[in-house]
Amino acid sequence: MKTAILLFPGTNREQDIIKAVTVAGGKRPSVVWHRDTALPEGTDLVVVAGGYSYGDYLRPGAMAARSPVLNAVRTFAADGGCVLGVCNGFQILTEAGILPGALVRNRGLQFICRDVNLVVGTEKSPFTGGYRKGQKIRLPVAHQDGNYTADAETLKRLEDEDRIAFRYADANGVVSDETCLNGSLRSIAGVLSENRRVLGLMPHPENSIEAGFGGTDGLPLFKSLLETLS
Amino acid sequence: MKAKVTISFKPGVLDPQGRAISHALAGLGFEGVGDVRQGKVIELDLAETDAAKAREQVEAMCQALLANPVIETYAIELAK
Amino acid sequence: MSKTVPYAEGIDANVVRDHGLSESEYETVLSIMGRAPNLLELGIFSVMWSEHCSYKSSKKWLKTLPTQAPWVVHGPGENAGVIDIGDDLVAVFKMESHNHPSYIEPYQGAATGVGGILRDVFTMGARPVANLNALRFGAPEDPNTRHLVSGVVSGIGGYGNCVGVPCVGGEVNFHPGYNGNILVNAMTVGVAKRDRIFLSAAAGVGNPVVYVGSRTGRDGIHGATMASTEFNEGSEEKRPTVQVGDPFTEKLLIEACLELMATDAIVSIQDMGAAGLTSSSFEMASKGGLGVVLDLERVPMREDGMNPYELMLSESQERMLMVLKPGREDLARSIFEKWELEFAIIGHLTDTGRMELRWHGETVGDLPIDPLAQASPEYDRPWQPTVPARPASMAGVDSITWQEALLKLLSSPDGASRRWIWEQYDYLVGGNTMQRPGGDAAVVRLEDAPSKALAMTADCTPRYVEADPVMGGRQAVAEVWRNLTAVGAVPLAITDNMNFGNPEKPRIMGQFVGACQGIRDACLALDFPVVSGNVSLYNETNNQAIPPTPAIGGVGIVSCDKVVDLAFKAEGQPVLLLGAPEGAEGHWLDCSLYLREIVGREAGPPPVVDLAHERRVGDLVRALISEGVVTACHDLSDGGLLMGLADMALAGNMGVRIHLEGTPSAFALFGEDQGRYVLTVANEAEATAVIERAVATGVSVRKLGITGGTELMVNGEEGPTVAALREAHEGWLPAYMGA
Repeated sequence: MKTAILLFPGTNREQDIIKAVTVAGGKRPSVVWHRDTALPEGTDLVVVAGGYSYGDYLRPGAMAARSPVLNAVRTFAADGGCVLGVCNGFQILTEAGILPGALVRNRGLQFICRDVNLVVGTEKSPFTGGYRKGQKIRLPVAHQDGNYTADAETLKRLEDEDRIAFRYADANGVVSDETCLNGSLRSIAGVLSENRRVLGLMPHPENSIEAGFGGTDGLPLFKSLLETLS
Repeated sequence: MKAKVTISFKPGVLDPQGRAISHALAGLGFEGVGDVRQGKVIELDLAETDAAKAREQVEAMCQALLANPVIETYAIELAK
Repeated sequence: MSKTVPYAEGIDANVVRDHGLSESEYETVLSIMGRAPNLLELGIFSVMWSEHCSYKSSKKWLKTLPTQAPWVVHGPGENAGVIDIGDDLVAVFKMESHNHPSYIEPYQGAATGVGGILRDVFTMGARPVANLNALRFGAPEDPNTRHLVSGVVSGIGGYGNCVGVPCVGGEVNFHPGYNGNILVNAMTVGVAKRDRIFLSAAAGVGNPVVYVGSRTGRDGIHGATMASTEFNEGSEEKRPTVQVGDPFTEKLLIEACLELMATDAIVSIQDMGAAGLTSSSFEMASKGGLGVVLDLERVPMREDGMNPYELMLSESQERMLMVLKPGREDLARSIFEKWELEFAIIGHLTDTGRMELRWHGETVGDLPIDPLAQASPEYDRPWQPTVPARPASMAGVDSITWQEALLKLLSSPDGASRRWIWEQYDYLVGGNTMQRPGGDAAVVRLEDAPSKALAMTADCTPRYVEADPVMGGRQAVAEVWRNLTAVGAVPLAITDNMNFGNPEKPRIMGQFVGACQGIRDACLALDFPVVSGNVSLYNETNNQAIPPTPAIGGVGIVSCDKVVDLAFKAEGQPVLLLGAPEGAEGHWLDCSLYLREIVGREAGPPPVVDLAHERRVGDLVRALISEGVVTACHDLSDGGLLMGLADMALAGNMGVRIHLEGTPSAFALFGEDQGRYVLTVANEAEATAVIERAVATGVSVRKLGITGGTELMVNGEEGPTVAALREAHEGWLPAYMGA
């Protein structure tokens, strides 16, 4: 699997992604600068990592979504390429229109860094094949603008087409508006594109790949990608 | 010519900051405040002197970057 | 002052006073200059000789602190301390205050405090790997406190989260003594290759002096002098002098500087902190024994109509000054342009020993560098030793049950969980955080030596220092050493952030002198040198000084496979207490959290820190941890034994049953006797082995009980369940901030 990580001014979790891909057994990803207009030859997976691209100024992800490299990513995704957007990467993918909806300020307005319980919504994707539908997992979040919103029609489509990859849940795996940590509609923590090959999610699977460093619940995501794309 | 773009959430999109302001105002004893929406204002200094053309330009900027049409609406004001 | 004192045009005695220079200091200025200084030159003297830049009140005593050890690479005097951590790596760290700006504008004050300390560390070539902070706020009842907590915490988070440096630890106190004078102390720890450390001493006559980073605006003109004067009612009007931080630019500056540092282009580099271009250029030239010419019109400017005075004194953030090797300008420029940062050659080095400032070709300032730096005042201020506190009355102790007392302490402002604060900080970015906030010390794995990790913590108990500065200073260092030990780390060195009141008052100066003495004692006894630090004086409002607060930050090293935390791990594990005094689990309630929160009395002398005992117990605990027999470890501090056990129960979500030698009195349960650790081991055989080891080493040891169940039981008396402990512990701060 050839992985390319996008680097915008302000990206700060690219090293975490590199570590996760290599710990999962993959080759060391290459890093693509935001002004580049093409992805490396033979790229199998593009990762849009977390951070504060362009300082999150204007809107999180807004300026990165309009940078030269995103045109290449858009074409790559349209041709069936796999794209993973984590945290700020998810925000960038929605701003770019590659994923539906938008991410606004958390319900409580504050930045939240903590481990959260999630329920896997679907196992039908190159990202979630290593989990079972309905499985309870625990991943950290670290964001201030992770409150997922979309119009009713979009939400219905996401549900009908089984495209909600992860939802926030309580300790017993129960999903409800009250226990959703940031106010996301339908407790959405991650969504898939129509062709199921683009995933955006707010939690950080890359910070849950080693025992003693945040657990290992994020590892199946990277292993599943490796199996599918190698 | 100067342009002022006011960006706010579309009706129906929950505005967490607006809601917090509304709660805070109620806590301070200001009664009768209904919905509160927080937006942002962007001021642009344009070389263009023709109002119609300027509006057209700013409209394009809003569509391309300044507003996110999924959640936001905008209003443009022009001044000399 | 004599009538013949000359003034340049537009300057009089008032202007000199407004620049914070005393009459005798102005006399010295005249003798150094050989003429009356113009306004620009006066401004430069003013910031260079401010307390903040010159350490004029504190220098005499700071010199007495131990700064040497075989593992110390650079002690105080550089931007940050540097210690050898093996594997050809060094740790670079420092703590610095941003107190006054944070009181005036809490978000920006705290944010720029984080930015400043980060620059001190990456200026030296180190990638920042962790942030910590030590915060002191006024009483929760004070009408300003909530606003200040909210602003400071979101400022620290807003800046640190954006630059992508995990914020892994810290401490917070609330006390009416900080009403009107909060303390915001930020610490950064970085890691560099041992042979790639960058210093500030300039070298090479003719070499270009280069400005990089953000543009210069009119931010914080005279911030350094503001940090050196007392607050009064009019201070709120100083708001415009507070700088605004841009963490996004800081992140780019980190990446650009580290990229340039990987080449051979840089001769020396210095960040522009307080007193901006003035102190950075002086520092570089003075350390290199050289002169410098600056063409100030070349400085990138953010606003129209700026003049040389403003450019030299501006405290705009996210700027650095460097000296490049000749011919490397284009390489450097291309890196900074790639990161979309300003890059300007604004001058060059000379052999004149003078700073010549030019404005469109005309000389507007000309000062001798060494005389100015060397003649910076140093005072031996009069000081009075602090009168020892008399033992407090113990009336009212044990007036409520231990169960009630424990819940009350756990939900008191100084005993409650700080989760509401640290969950607003990204403590995970980088993927190396092994121990998160909430334990004894944070542990962060080394990217370039992944079997090892740095342990780090920041501590001080101001009520101890106030009651007895010598003992309190000692205790602050000992507690840092103990917290590092409790995770299994070898403590290596400290940074000290000395926050005190007005040093011109002998009583306050006496607190400073006493604290220095205590710190010195502990550093010597524990082989724990001071490698960097910062002094913040004049922390007074309307003549009321803060409690003396020498915040100590410490760094240690540990093997990743040896790290322990404080959580109870499994049911049925023996619980041992090491280092308790003869005949009791504890007994010292004077000056304790219990006495203050339960009895309502803030009095008495602090617990005695016996440094030989401290060392003996700590060295044994560390050895036991490294041998792998310890399953959980926690040192005892505020709230004593029972608070310590509650922390362990909460972290492990598991109860514990203990039996005391005598009756469960407040003295035994909540006494704050120093140098004690609670640890758990896997089974009875291990417990016996540890007891034998302790006896052989001369360390007092006692088997307290056994882990398990859902509640805390003492001598068969039922105590609160872990759920009840959690509710008490986690409830206070969110409720307070949400109210």
